[in-house]
Parts: sequence; structure tokens; C-alpha cells
Amino acid sequence: MTETPMETGIGVRLPRKEDSRFLTGRGTYVADIKRPKMLHGVFLRSPHAHAVLGAIDKVPAMAVPGVKAVFTGADMAADGVGGLPCAWPVTGKGGAATLEPPHPPLAQGKVRYVGDAVAFVVATSVEAARRGAEALAVDYEVLPAAVGVLDALAPDAPQLFDDVPGNLCVDWEIGDAKATDDAIAGAAHVARISLVNNRLVGNPMETRAVVSEYDPATGQYTMWTSSQFPHIVKLLMGNFVLGLPQHKLRVISPDVGGGFGVKQYHYAEEAVCTFAASKLGRAVKWVCERSEAFLSDAHGRDHVTEAELALDETGRFLGLKVSTIANMGGYLSTFGPNIPTNLYGPLLAGVYTTPAIYCEVKCVFTNTLPVDAYRGAGRPEATFVLERLIDVAARELGMDRVEIRRRNMIPKDAFPYQTPVMMNYDVGDHEACLEKALDLADWDGFAARKAASAAAGKYRGIGLITYIEACGLAPSRLAGSLGVRGGLFESATVRVHPTGDVTVLIGTHNHGQGHETTFAQIASQKLGLPASRIEIVFGDTDKVQFGLGTYGSRSLAVGGAALAKAAEKVIDKGKKIAAHLLESSHADIEFEDGMFRISGTDRALPFGDIALTAYVPHNYPLETLEPGLEEQAFYDPVNFTFPGGTHIAEVEIDPDTGEVSLENYTAVDDIGTVINPMIVEGQLHGGIVQGIGQALLETCVYDQDSGQLLSGSFMDYAMPRAEGMPEITLDHNITACTHNGIGSKGCGECGTIASPATVMNAVVDALADLGVSHVDMPASPNRIWRIIGEAKRQMAAE
Amino acid sequence: MKISLSVNGEPVSIDVEPSMLLADLLREELELTGTHIACDTSQCGACVVHVNGKSVKSCTLLAVSADGAEVTTIEGLADPVSSKLHPMQQAFHDHHGLQCGFCTPGMVMSAIDFANTVEEPTPAAVRHWLEGNICRCTGYQNIVKAVLAGTAAMQAADGAEQGS
Repeated sequence: MTETPMETGIGVRLPRKEDSRFLTGRGTYVADIKRPKMLHGVFLRSPHAHAVLGAIDKVPAMAVPGVKAVFTGADMAADGVGGLPCAWPVTGKGGAATLEPPHPPLAQGKVRYVGDAVAFVVATSVEAARRGAEALAVDYEVLPAAVGVLDALAPDAPQLFDDVPGNLCVDWEIGDAKATDDAIAGAAHVARISLVNNRLVGNPMETRAVVSEYDPATGQYTMWTSSQFPHIVKLLMGNFVLGLPQHKLRVISPDVGGGFGVKQYHYAEEAVCTFAASKLGRAVKWVCERSEAFLSDAHGRDHVTEAELALDETGRFLGLKVSTIANMGGYLSTFGPNIPTNLYGPLLAGVYTTPAIYCEVKCVFTNTLPVDAYRGAGRPEATFVLERLIDVAARELGMDRVEIRRRNMIPKDAFPYQTPVMMNYDVGDHEACLEKALDLADWDGFAARKAASAAAGKYRGIGLITYIEACGLAPSRLAGSLGVRGGLFESATVRVHPTGDVTVLIGTHNHGQGHETTFAQIASQKLGLPASRIEIVFGDTDKVQFGLGTYGSRSLAVGGAALAKAAEKVIDKGKKIAAHLLESSHADIEFEDGMFRISGTDRALPFGDIALTAYVPHNYPLETLEPGLEEQAFYDPVNFTFPGGTHIAEVEIDPDTGEVSLENYTAVDDIGTVINPMIVEGQLHGGIVQGIGQALLETCVYDQDSGQLLSGSFMDYAMPRAEGMPEITLDHNITACTHNGIGSKGCGECGTIASPATVMNAVVDALADLGVSHVDMPASPNRIWRIIGEAKRQMAAE
Repeated sequence: MKISLSVNGEPVSIDVEPSMLLADLLREELELTGTHIACDTSQCGACVVHVNGKSVKSCTLLAVSADGAEVTTIEGLADPVSSKLHPMQQAFHDHHGLQCGFCTPGMVMSAIDFANTVEEPTPAAVRHWLEGNICRCTGYQNIVKAVLAGTAAMQAADGAEQGS
């Protein structure tokens, strides 16, 4: 059965083109790759959070059978290898620069977190390398550690770096401090909250892996790495760390088993494997084990926040002031300082008309793993602060939680809307999302359900939030003014073969998002071809011209726009060829349903004929037009895209066990134009459950004295499992993005941004009768059981 | 140690280290890399295969203890000639039960055992059965849908076979 373009275009629930290889075990992840005479590497990692690194005796390791080499930070320094760069520093208060201490791929001088790599042992097998690593003798002089952000800022705290006084990386601000203070001073009511946004481990199911090889005969380096952005790894590692010529370095990210931000950094292991391969002249492979991933993948979130919301007597928001301390960990990861600043402060406006907003963020070094973006990246943290605070305000004012939100919402006719904190929202109808969600979740029927739960001895709560996110990163010029050391456009090439079949080469990376299908649908719609005749190629720097990769819900909003633009160029050239063949003029040719036609006539040529003519140019305007049919587009967005919506959760708490049961979850999102509804639903389900994980289960725990990671495996870190997760009800209320040509806004992070605050508002609501006004995440049975007990004791005492 | 077993219907005789895990035998020696390893504590289920028809985490079994066993991996499910997917694979495709694909082989192998074992297939029963399989992408909703659809399709196929 052949599909028609109509069946594979925009808006169709097309089953995924990429499924077949994954369903039959024929995907190619980096760990599956074998190269001739390949060696295997194992990292020896620091067991101490903070220590002076002394001598490393390689002799006993080199004596282990099979061990070929041991590399240390000193070896790399002697070879002139640079540190891992931070790609997005920010400007702090008074123009202060982000302090960027060196981040050597293998520790030099000191180790700064448990898991900091100190040596790389390469051997003929993983087992031999492991035995070699165990035989290495390393001298440490253990130092006191600064583990939590508050401890690290204390006057007598251990100092991680000599040239970072007080461990303060950067003290950043946004908004009008005076206007906000004035609003708070003059307000009828000020609601306040202190909260912690719990530290998380991203845990894509595929752990990171690298295979590097060097061919001395050609001087060519090739690295396979499980990355979300191979072109950027190529640039960062090649140019800033190892000094490799860009035209001799190929980076391939084949099938990648989930990313969630964890794989959008240039990691030390990539540089060390490549360094080792170049020294040994043989391929070197490293596959991260799960417990090693807990010690080496950048972590997410980890904020401590105080916030105040000023309101008038009718519940109108007058001012919002937020003060956050954000953990950077022991070194700066690739995007570290940008996440709790630019991707956080501007989102505190939410979907509301708050006239005065001020946010200050201290980014702090601690003796923990580097912290960076994790699905949502700054925006879940902002949503959590704002939406928890609104609930606190509503309760203190005795106002309805829905009404207070309605009263402050940006009305749909007020777009484009300039917030007081940088963002210019292009479009939205947040009231419509709210009303639809209330209806779907049967908000009005909650009282009866609560009564039924109460009759069964259970506490029932309902919570809602609205959210907005800035995604589609990003206008390069704006991002440049915010500190990024690169562009944030995307590129696509549409290669039409002489037969009319199409290969699309695109700079984004598919690691579960369904790009091979979604992008084929865009090309199908544009070119009038069935998706089965379109192949999407990505993840190889020797095949794809350039690309910024996949993160921040940017692939469709930016990459899809680049693809659409490249397809339009193909059509335009096709019109010129058709005009020649049909003896007409370029302006008179229209293209529809795969046919180039002289407007208003039945004289037409199919796409395939035009493609063939482009490659067999016998009857062709060679004087004015080059042969061939391949076009490239680079698209730099003019603004962020702003998905938003309303989510509602309903929980039931068993007071005897503290267990929170998530009874219902409803989401109404505005993600702009939907290309494939099935894939969108999958993204939303996954994102929502990942956020539920933060709310109910997950937390990354360090011993606050020793800096040892206590939640270092799936035995200790509670991942969401099928049991206990809800059946989610989804709907949309679409307003199309006004500026990227395809109308899509992005949907990868909506769920993770919205669901933690949604679930926690429901949990607090369930406990409100006990006088509870806030609960930190995760709402584990242990924590909830203690809160209930404490609240009951207090009530009894009063 | 020399062991003999059947893998996806093919006889295999091989010398293995006594410490080798079945997962490593499949991946490293037999190059059946569809079986994935995603943890080191037997929590995630990415490495589930069938040993004598029952789902087993292949990281919990020494290769030597599979001596004489019939092992089926994800590579052994689709029809080798026509490439036609197994009904459970087809159900995962139809219901978008996979995203990055890394947990998928273990999910599908576990789901087939569910279909063969559980008498009353309900959403709650699927969720309970999958307690040993972690997925980070899908939120499980479409996996549950796929497992139930795949179970129904397997039962229908069984019925058709018995009827003919």
C-alpha cells in the first residue's frame, strides 16, 4: 500500500518511521559500536568531595595484564590540553562577569566532588581496565567540603577555588528592584514563601558512551558520542579543549537513548577518550555504568528560594520579588550559569500582568556534581515559585484559587505582551486553556469527591497551575546579549534526488522525539510527497552541514522552521525549471499537491519530472540557473516561542501511611500548530510523568558533611514506574506562533514545567485543613506522614 | 567453560568465562545488541529476554546457567523471512509505546510474558507487571495501551490458530 502526501502531511497521526529498528533490536547506540582492535577505558573517580590531589602511582596499574595506558590530569596538562569551556556565562549585578575557574577533563591539583575523574585506564577489556583502575595508588589530602548552597555561602565555608571568593560564581539580577520594593511596601497584602527546588538526576535510560578513534595515516579523528548536539561537541572539544582541526574531526551521535538535557553538554569523557585514542592510535571505548552516571552526569534544579507577592485588596498582583540561591556544583557545566538566570527570572512573569518583578540569583560553587539544564531547565523552577506563591496568597486572602488567577491573567487581546522581565509574548489565550481544563477535570465536582474521600478516612486535594515557557532557543542576537558564546539558529538541507525522492539533512538530533516522522511530515506537506519517500538524516557532522542540536524544545520551532524554509527554496527553484519547460514565466507557476502548474491552466508537471530535469539538464536554462536540486536554509528565530496552558491534579492522601495517590491529571496546553498529535501526546505524557517524579518520588541527596552521594543508584533514587502513575487527560487550545512560519511552539518540556507545581498544589490543598501551607518536594510518604503528625500535634496543642 | 544453548532458534556452542553474564554473552559474544543494559542493580529491565519462555533480566543470570536453555531476544521476535512484526511489537508501534527505544526491547519481552501469563489483562495488571521495567520517556501511558492491545492481538492469533 502506498501512502499519499495527504495521508502523511501536517496534522496526521502518522505512526513513527523510526520505530522499526528500535522494535526489532536493530538500533545502533554508541555502546553497540565495535571498532577493529578497540580498547576499553575505565575512569577512576574521586571518592572524596574535596581534597588536594597528590601523586598518582601508575606502576601497579600498568602491571595489570591487558592494561595499555594510564592517563592523568598531569599528562593532559603536559600536552597543553585545555579545560572544558562554559558556553553561556551571564553578566551579574553591576556588570560583574561570571567567574569561570578552570575545569580540566581529568582533575588537576584538587578534586572538587565525589566522582571527579582523576585517571583513565585503557586496556584490552573492560575487566582489565577495571582491575587497572583498582590498582592505581592515589594520594589525597582530604579537605572539609561545602555541600549545600547555604553552607557554601557561609563566611567560614571551605573555598573551592582560590580566585572565587566566597564560592560565589555570579550574583545576577533582572527587573526593577525599586518598583518592586515600592509595590511590596504599599500593598494591602504580601504573601511569602520559602522553598527548596529539589536536586534531580536526569537518568536517560541509555547511559552516556563514547568511542573515539584516530587514523594516523589521514590525521582523521572520529568520535561516536551519545550527545544531543554533536556539532557543538565537535566545536567545543575540537577547538577549545584538544585543539583538533575542525575539518579533521567527525562527531557522530547515532541512536541516542534519551537526553532530557543530560546529554547536551561537552563532557570530560569525550575529550579524554579522544586524547587516549590519539596517543594509542587505536579506538578507545567508554560506556558509563548507571552508578557512574549518578556520579558524572550533570544534575538538575537545586534551588533555595525566598519569594514575596504583593497584592491589593481585590487580589491583583502588584509586585513579585524572588531571591534564589542556585547550585552550580564543583565546576561550571556547559550551560550552568544560564539556567537559573536567563531561563528562570524572565519566566516569573508567568501568564499574569504583574507590573513590577525583581529577581536576584546567586550562583554558587559547591563540592557536588556540576548542575545544568534538565528537561524544563529553569522554567519548572520559576513555575513552582510563582504558582505555589499564588496559592499561598489565595488562601491568606480567602480567595478562590481559580478566581485569583483569572483576575490577573493577560487577556488574549493584550498580545503581543511585554513583561517587565525581558520577554515579549507574541500570542496566547490562557483564559481559554484555564476554562477548558476546569471543565475537563470537573473542578466543580471536586467537593463531592473530597467528601467521599473524607468518608473513607482520606484527605483529598485538587490543585491547578498555569504556566508559560520560553522555548525555541533562540534569537541569536538576543541570546548573544545574554551571554551565549555561539549562535542559536538551526539549519536544514533538502536534497532532492533525480528520482524525486528526498533526503533532509538537519542539525537537530532525534533521541526519542520522533523527528524522523515529524520532519518528514513537514517535508511531505511542503513538497507534496509521501513521507515514505523522505529520509531525515541527523547526528553526523560529516553528513549534516551544521546544527545546534536538540534542547530547550527548539527542534521543531527552530529546526522545523529551517526545514520549511529550505523546502520553499526547492519549490522556488522548481518553479524556475517548470517555467522553462512549460514556456511560461516564474511568476505564473504555482505549486500545489506535488504539481508545478501554470496558474489557471491544466498545463502542469509533477515534482519528479522537475527533479529529473534538474539532474539531466538537456532542456534547461543553464545560462541563468545551475543544475541540481538541493537547497539549504539557516533559520534564526526572531523571538522565543511561548507554549503555555493549565494543568490540574487531584490527589488522595492516606493519613496512616502518608502515601499520595495521584487520582486524576488533566492538561490543556497551547503548543501552537501540531504536526503529529500522537507524538505530541507522547511528549506530554512523558514530560508530565517526569515532573510527577520530581513532585512525588525523586530527589538527589548528598551527605551534608562528607559530600558523599547517598542516592547513587536506582536502588536509592526513586524513578517513576508504571504503577502509581496516572492516566493523563489531555486537550489543547491552540494559538499559532506568529513568527516562525510553521506556527509550532514546542511541546517537549511543557509537562515537566507544569506538573511539579500542579501536583504540589494538590498535595498542599489536601493538607490545608491541617494548616499546612507548603510542602517541599518530593512528597514522599515519609515526609507527608511526618507533616501530618506534626500538624495534628500542633492543632491539638492550640 | 563450554556451554550449549539455543538463541533465537539457532544452536550456539561457546566457551565463556564463569563470571560472564547472559546479557554480556548476548551483546558482546553473539552481537545481539538489541538487549540493552541500562543499570547495574537489576532495576531497569532493559535487558529482559526469554529463557525457556519466561521473561528474565539477563543481567541477573550467568551465561553458564543458561547452558541447555532456549533463549529468545528481541531480535528473535519478528518473522525472519517476511520481517513481519510480532503482534506485541506491532502494538507498540501502533500505540506509540516507545520513544527513544532504549527500554523497548525489555518492555516488549516482558509484555509478551505478561500476555502469556496473566489471565485478566487490565491496565492495573499491566502497570503492576511492569514494576521491573523503567521507561524515562513515555510516562508509561502508551506502553500500557500497547501491552493491552498486543495481548489482545496475541490471544486473537492463538484463537485463530486453534480454530484452524
